[in-house]
Amino acid sequence: MKYSIFSIARNALTHHKNWPQQWRSPEPKPEYDVIVIGGGGHGLATAYYLAKEHGITNVAVLEKGWLGGGNTARNTTIVRSNYLWDESAAIYDKSLQLWEGLSQDINYNVMLSQRGVLNLAHNLGDVREGVRRVNANRLNGVDAEWLDADGVKEFCPIINISKEARHPVLGATLQRRGGVARHDSVAWGYARAADARGVDILQNCEVTGILRDGGKVTGVQTSRGTIKAKKVAIVTAGHSSVVAAMADIRMPVESHPLQALVSEPIKPVIDCVVMSGAVHVYVSQSDKGELVMGAGVDSYNSYGQRGSFHVIEHQLGACLELFPIFSRVRMMRSWGGIVDVCPDASPIISKTPVDGLYVNCGWGTGGFKATPGSGWAFAHTIARDEPHKLNAPFSLDRFTTGALIDEHGAAAVAH
Amino acid sequence: MLNIECPWCGERHETEFHYGGEAHIARPESPEALSDEEWADFLFMRKNSKGLFFERWCHSNGCRRWFNVARNTVTHEIVAVYKMGEKPPSLVKGGKS
Repeated sequence: MKYSIFSIARNALTHHKNWPQQWRSPEPKPEYDVIVIGGGGHGLATAYYLAKEHGITNVAVLEKGWLGGGNTARNTTIVRSNYLWDESAAIYDKSLQLWEGLSQDINYNVMLSQRGVLNLAHNLGDVREGVRRVNANRLNGVDAEWLDADGVKEFCPIINISKEARHPVLGATLQRRGGVARHDSVAWGYARAADARGVDILQNCEVTGILRDGGKVTGVQTSRGTIKAKKVAIVTAGHSSVVAAMADIRMPVESHPLQALVSEPIKPVIDCVVMSGAVHVYVSQSDKGELVMGAGVDSYNSYGQRGSFHVIEHQLGACLELFPIFSRVRMMRSWGGIVDVCPDASPIISKTPVDGLYVNCGWGTGGFKATPGSGWAFAHTIARDEPHKLNAPFSLDRFTTGALIDEHGAAAVAH
Repeated sequence: MLNIECPWCGERHETEFHYGGEAHIARPESPEALSDEEWADFLFMRKNSKGLFFERWCHSNGCRRWFNVARNTVTHEIVAVYKMGEKPPSLVKGGKS
């Protein structure tokens, strides 16, 4: 069923009791052309673009839990593409372009709200880096503006630009096309659209082994039995090392907790996204009125989906300096997700030393914004058995050649 | 918040420490003799274990000395603390490495 105002009206007549399920829950087939391990946003987008762009529909997405139960539903939903380096700007802006047409493309409202993203500068180094990044973005066709402190105040009136602050706001970069999107709609929307094109989405199906024959992948072992496959794609974020190890591949990623938190719902006070790498917090307001906040990773390796309280304390301190108005807002809940961080803070979308095995990981703290572009480029890589020019620089062998894409400290927010 | 037992200062809060990542990665004796793959393996590839993990911490706001910790990366339980240069203890609890 196509979602539209007419389908809402039609279903209203039957008291909304006859909406069809959004995707099937089929039994696994004995064999697929492509198995995607990991039913997060990136995995589901990969399956969708395999079907849509490459006509490969004999595809299964294997998810050990449920859709929207991992990082897809744990992030702070920020979407932007104002990265410094050419390679990053290209793939993140491809992603943003896909975001801009996504609701129509998959017939599912992902509630993209291009409300503008501010990246604050608090010292002379930040200012120079910010202006440089604005210029680099414009050369790459990515919209970017530099605002001075008064411009920041005009764009976000509740922000404190006092010169007396410990880290005063000296200016900010602004990407007007940036904003937020509804995170679980992205998972559900891609799942529904992929399912409609014939993709099997298998939840509660944990991969326990990757089968190989003479350096070529032949299938996977799962908690629901052995499934054969011509190609297997790993898209498992925080568990990338664990799954890659099933095929004896060592990965250059480390898994860390990344925490986020929301406040009680309040009236609309902030209609943009504010990020600060220096005092280390980012803030936006959800449609329900909650302030959504996040910051950097906990320092230690973890698979525990929770972090240390002092990290939250630190980011709330930063938040209150920027927004004294929030001093009496109560925080409602906090949580953690496990993100896999690369040494150069750039992702890996790549073939592997095993024939027919592909990996998409290392998105670290910034994977949500990349969901459509990541899936699009990864689908191309799987279908053609070679990377698209957008993701060729993000190959696994860059750690051998030394051609790193060093976004640490360059990506507008500390990691 | 982790409570970490510094071998010299005793138990302190995590905020006094800095993390040093995976332990027991020995710098190759003769780096110039390595292939690019071997060098990349030393420089970038990590175990990133789920379960028991051997890692380094520095008591940077205390005695400023480095030491090793055996910790479970799922439960965050610290199962052993031992000094730099010592071999990792053989542990039965804390899961597989």
